[in-house]
Amino acid sequence: MFEQILFYFFAIVAVISAVNVVAGKNPIACAISLIVTLGALAGVFVLQDAHFVATIQVLVYAGAIMVLFVFVIMLLNLGPEDLDKEGRFTRLKGVGVLFAMAGAALLIWNFADYSAAMARIGPGYGGLEQISGKLFTEYIIPFEAISVLLMAAVVGAVVIAKREL
Amino acid sequence: MDYTGLIIVAVRCVIMLVFLLSFIPVLIWAERRGAGFIQDRPGPNRADVFGVRLAGLIQPIADVVKLLFKEDVTPRNVFRPFYKIAPAITMTVALVTFVVVPLADVVHVAGRDVSVQVSDLDTGLLYLFAVSSLGVYGIMLAGWSANNKYALMGGLRSSAQMISYEIAMGLAAGVMFLLFGTAQLDDMVRAQGANPLGWGVVSIPGLIAFVMFLVASFAETNRTPFDLPEGESELVAGYHIEYSAFKFAMFFMAEYVNMVVASGLLVTLFFGGYQVPFLPTETIVQHAPLIAKVVFGGAALVLAGLGVFAFTRYRPGKYGDNRDREPLVVGVLLLVLAVGAAGVGFLPGVIPGIPGYEHRTVATLLAAALQIGTFAGKIALFTWLFIWVRWTLPRFRYDQLMRLGWTYLFPIGIFNLVLAGVWVLASSG
Amino acid sequence: MVSTSHLLILSAVLFSLGIAGVVIRRNAIVVMMCIELMLNAVNVSFVAFARQMGGVDGHLIVFFVMAVAAAEAGVGLALVIALFRHKATVNLDEVNLMKG
Repeated sequence: MFEQILFYFFAIVAVISAVNVVAGKNPIACAISLIVTLGALAGVFVLQDAHFVATIQVLVYAGAIMVLFVFVIMLLNLGPEDLDKEGRFTRLKGVGVLFAMAGAALLIWNFADYSAAMARIGPGYGGLEQISGKLFTEYIIPFEAISVLLMAAVVGAVVIAKREL
Repeated sequence: MDYTGLIIVAVRCVIMLVFLLSFIPVLIWAERRGAGFIQDRPGPNRADVFGVRLAGLIQPIADVVKLLFKEDVTPRNVFRPFYKIAPAITMTVALVTFVVVPLADVVHVAGRDVSVQVSDLDTGLLYLFAVSSLGVYGIMLAGWSANNKYALMGGLRSSAQMISYEIAMGLAAGVMFLLFGTAQLDDMVRAQGANPLGWGVVSIPGLIAFVMFLVASFAETNRTPFDLPEGESELVAGYHIEYSAFKFAMFFMAEYVNMVVASGLLVTLFFGGYQVPFLPTETIVQHAPLIAKVVFGGAALVLAGLGVFAFTRYRPGKYGDNRDREPLVVGVLLLVLAVGAAGVGFLPGVIPGIPGYEHRTVATLLAAALQIGTFAGKIALFTWLFIWVRWTLPRFRYDQLMRLGWTYLFPIGIFNLVLAGVWVLASSG
Repeated sequence: MVSTSHLLILSAVLFSLGIAGVVIRRNAIVVMMCIELMLNAVNVSFVAFARQMGGVDGHLIVFFVMAVAAAEAGVGLALVIALFRHKATVNLDEVNLMKG
C-alpha cells in the first residue's frame, strides 16, 4: 500500500514536470523540470527494484547530460521564448497530441492483458553483481560497441563545436 | 509496522547530522585562526562572552549570529525560484552524500546488528558519484539566477571545473573498487582492517589513486588552489555575489560540509575509515571492560591534569577584566569533562540499571564510540590539510586547471585503473 | 498493487508529452530535451517488463539507451552551438536556408 502511494506520488510529479518541460517558457525552467522528471523516474525505478538503473539514471542523465544542457543554455544565454514567434497551428498540434496520448492510455488500459503474475525475484535483483555478470558475458559486444560510439561522439562533438577546424 | 526499524533509521540520521554539523563551528575557527597562524598574525581573538575570549572559539558563534540577523537583500531582477532554491540544493546535496559513509562498525542494539550509517545501499559508491554530480546544479543555478555577469561566469567556471574533476574522482574510486572487490563502503572499511599496512593507500595503485582523489577533492569543493569560481581577487565573490545573510550562510556552511564529506571519503577509501589503528572491532568487543577503563581512565587523568594546570595559570590582575578568569573557566570545563570520562569508564556495571561492559550492546557501543572518535580525528587531520593548502598555494589559472584535469589526471587515472587490474591479478595468484 | 499496466500508462503519457514537445516547440534545445523525455519513457517500459519477467536484461538495455542518449545529447548540443555561431538563434523556424 505504501508502495502504491509512493508510485503515484512519483508518477504525478514526473508527469507534471514533463508538462512543464513541454510548456515552459524559459529554457532553464524546462531543463530543471526535466531534471525533476528524471529524479521522479529514478524513484519509480527504485520501487521496481532496479537499484542500479536508478543510480545510473541520476548519475548519467540528471548528473551529466542535464548539466551539459544547462551549461549550453547558460553559455548561449538563451532567454524566455517570444510567443509570437511560435510556429503555425501550435495549439491544434498540441491538442492532437494530447488526444493521441489519451487514446494510447485507453487502449493500454482496456486491451492489454498483463495479468500474468510478476516473476519472483531474488535478493540481488537489479544490483551490481547481477547486472555486471550479464554485462560482461552476454552483452559484451554491445558494451564494446557503446564504448566506440561514445568515443565517436566525443570526437564528433569536439570537431563540430570548434571555432576553426 | 516495524517501529524499531524506523526508530533506528531516525537515530542514524540524527547521528550523521550531528556528526557533520558539529564540525562546522570548529572548522570556521580552525580556518580563521589557522590562516592567521600560517600568515604570522593572531587571527580573530576579540569575540567574547562576558569578557571570556577562549582564543577565538566564540568567533564562529558571533559569525553565525551576525549572518542570521543581517538584512536579506534580494536584487530586483533575479529569477526568484532558482535564487531561493540554489543554496538549499547545495546544502542538501552536501549532507546527503554522507549517507553511505560508515561511521563505525555494526552495533548490537535491540537484539539486532545495526550498521552505523544511514543506509545500506548495495550500489554504495555509485550513489556517491550520483549525488555529487547533482551538487553542480546548486552552483550553476546560483550563478545564473543572480542576473549578474560575474556570478554567471563564476557559475559556469565552477560547473565546468566540477564535472571535469568528477572524472578523476570516479577513476580514483574505481581503483579502490578493484582493490577491495566491493562497492559498499562499509565492506571496504572492513576489508582494510585495523592494521595500517592493510589500508587502501598502502599499495601503488592505491597511492596514485589517493593523490588523484585528493586533487579532485580540492577541485570538487572549490577550495584553493582551485577556487577560481569564487576567486576573491578576480570575480569578487563568484557565484554567491548576490546572496546575503542566511542564504550566504548556507553556501558558507555547505562549503565546510563539503570539505568534511570529502575528507570523510578520503579517509574511508584510503585510510581505513573508522578503524582504530591496531584495534579491530572484535578485540575491542572482547576486552571491552579493560579497554573502557584504560581509555576513559587515561582520558580522565589527562583532562584532570590539564584542568589543574589551567588553574595554576590563573594570574589575577594581568588584564584587569574578565579575561583573567579564562584559565578558571577552562579549568572548570576540563575538570567536568574529566569527571564525565571517569564516570563513563568506571560506572557501567557498578550502578544497577546500567549494564556493564561485558554486555554485548554496551561493548559494541564502546567500540562504536571509539571508532567514531577515530574517524573524527582522521577527518580533522584531513580538513586541516585542506585549510593548510588553502593558505599556502596560489590559485590556478582557468586553462591550467582544465589542462590538469583533462590531460594529466584523466590519462593517469586510466593507467592507474589498468595497473590496479594487473595488481589484483598478480596478488590473487 | 503496482502492476505493469500502471507503468506502461506512465510510459505512454510521458512519451506522448515528449512527442507533443518535439512537434510544438521551436527552441532547438527544448526539442532535444523532449527527445530525452521520450527516451526516458521507453526506459520506464523496459524496466517494467524486466520486473515482470524477473530478468535483468531490461536493465541492461536501459543502460545502453542511456549511453546512446548521452552520446546523442553531446553531439546534438555541439550542433546547436555551431548553429548559434552562424545564425545567432536557436529557433528552428529561422533555420531555413535550404528551404524552397
